[in-house]
Amino acid sequence: MTTAAVAPGAASARFSRTREGATVLAVYLVSIAVALLVAALALWATGGSPTTVLSAMLDGSVRADARWGRTIGEAIPLLLVALGTTVNAKAGLVNIGQEGQLFVGAALATYTFTHIGVSGPYVLILIMLAGVAGGALWAGIASVLRYRRRMPEVLTTLLLVFVAAQLVGYGLKNSNLLLDPTPDQANRLLVSERLDPSTRLPRLRWFGNEFPVSAFVALALAVVVALVLSRTIVGFRLQMLGRGPRTAHRAGVSESRYGGMALVVSGAFCGLAGAFMLVGGDFGNYRLTPGFAVNIGWEGLLVALVARSHPIVAIPAAFVFAALRTGSGFLAATGVDRDITKVVQALLVLALLVPPAILFVRDRRRALAAARDRV
Amino acid sequence: MFVDFFSAVGDVLSSESTYSSGWRLATALGFVAVGEWIAERAGTINISVEGAMLGGAFAAAMGYDATGSIAVGLVVGAGAGLVVGAVQAHFSHNLTANQFVVGLTLNILVLGLASFLNSTLKPETAAAHVFEVPGLVEIPLLGPALFGQPWPLYLLYPLVPLAWWLVHRTRWGLEVRAVGENPQAADVSSINVNARRRQAIYIAGITSGLGGGYLLLGQVGWYEDSIVGGQGFIAIAAVIFGGWTLRGAMLGCLLFGSANSFRLSLPGVGHPLNSELLSSLPFVLTICVMALFAHRTREPQSLARPFIRGLR
Repeated sequence: MTTAAVAPGAASARFSRTREGATVLAVYLVSIAVALLVAALALWATGGSPTTVLSAMLDGSVRADARWGRTIGEAIPLLLVALGTTVNAKAGLVNIGQEGQLFVGAALATYTFTHIGVSGPYVLILIMLAGVAGGALWAGIASVLRYRRRMPEVLTTLLLVFVAAQLVGYGLKNSNLLLDPTPDQANRLLVSERLDPSTRLPRLRWFGNEFPVSAFVALALAVVVALVLSRTIVGFRLQMLGRGPRTAHRAGVSESRYGGMALVVSGAFCGLAGAFMLVGGDFGNYRLTPGFAVNIGWEGLLVALVARSHPIVAIPAAFVFAALRTGSGFLAATGVDRDITKVVQALLVLALLVPPAILFVRDRRRALAAARDRV
Repeated sequence: MFVDFFSAVGDVLSSESTYSSGWRLATALGFVAVGEWIAERAGTINISVEGAMLGGAFAAAMGYDATGSIAVGLVVGAGAGLVVGAVQAHFSHNLTANQFVVGLTLNILVLGLASFLNSTLKPETAAAHVFEVPGLVEIPLLGPALFGQPWPLYLLYPLVPLAWWLVHRTRWGLEVRAVGENPQAADVSSINVNARRRQAIYIAGITSGLGGGYLLLGQVGWYEDSIVGGQGFIAIAAVIFGGWTLRGAMLGCLLFGSANSFRLSLPGVGHPLNSELLSSLPFVLTICVMALFAHRTREPQSLARPFIRGLR
């Protein structure tokens, strides 16, 4: 039963390790296949053709002209949100308020550029900082309530999403806060002023595809987060906190300091994502609008879940989720509703939740059986 | 500004329709909160009630479209809620996946699935007829609100005492509460902890589905993707706001439902008041109440902690 425990030689140990790896891979592949099958069934049952849908999605996300640039543009905020989520997940905290943190970050960034009165590339840094501060502030509320009043951070972050939406909505109705005060525009559209062209983020053109330079910032941050989490004392302490709060406590890791910091950093990443969305040009046409966040926060959370809180794995995961978003734009021609992509996304996440749970249950059964054998 | 505010309050409070719509909005939350209360007493913060509500609403629309019967629509809606609840229960209390992750993903899945199916199937629906309870409807001001409503609303009236009886007066309810307080002790007393938690989530799914069905067939009358729009989350907030007692949870539903109807009726009486403020009221109030009375309310001690035998 427990071949690893009784294996006499290195060769058979390696063999059992390979077999273990193969089992894990098989479990993952089977559950992803089941998820895609369910999605295909849903399509087929409503009269759509899975192959045409797949082809249209591929056209919309990478194959057609200038589409992979769009996909990269959408992947940037998804990756940033996922990176932030990785940080709090490593510390054992569940933040599900990314959508709100991102929105507040974007709103504070907007407030900064509309009220600072000057424009130019240097203001960009200020806008970024404002975004980071906004996201950190919104997560900071949850963090303070968690460690001062013992309120579960899951609930507070979730509830604050709705408060954020209403708050920014209020700001967008008042011309001294966020609303564009131009006379011909006021009271007609609830949008903010447009970002001055000199303050926008430069966009690169590669092979006919355009995307903002923030892509490189996001990639660099993924590497930084991976290194900090795996190679530094801070990262080690965060992981200790996540895996065994009691051990961490005994080892002198302050729960409120490291846990609180993890939540704030997570919010800061979301705020940065919001600021980049604003200055990058792929979202809202350089304006803040009431629906500016367009589910990037929720989907970024899903990306982090799919990547199993691994910063480097989050890069391809973010690209795949962004491809599902941009690909859905081409679905209108096939007559299939674009909401099918939401179904696919959620099914993928659910499918990826199953294997670790199954493997965990299996390992526990084995351990229990081994314990019984010893007795 | 304050004078304005108070005259607005006066105008709104003296009109019967305010009470009527406030009660309607509160009961939609009430269906969900009853089930969520049981689930939370068993130790799960079941955030998939939002999805169960939406699934219930869409399934009720499909059920009505197929049979033309409101009752069948409601049953189908409750069934859809049960399906969502069953998925949540088995992922979080059989496979030990994180309950919030599962709940959130389910919400997204149901939203996607419902809007996808709606765009292709386009069910046709109608609202249930109003049934006036003879005699009781004559009570001034409150009579029409409580007893002159679409008939599915009356389902909530027996549901609330039934839930209370179930949790506080039956063996099953005692076990549910034990599982939410101290699962290790319950486990030693040969209670199947995760089975009780799963059953509590099934009930939450059923009542949420029923709530969604009521929302569609009793109030709105047609399906749209934004029909639920966070009301499941407000119901969760109401349960927490009420300090995990059924009485408190229902009071929370009433408060949040009235706030919502107040927001909707303000433009009607000609008083512009900040509607964003009122919309965010349930969430802000819940956070404040939790922050202020966190040490006084008795939350189930194992709330949101998974139970795996041998691991603490």
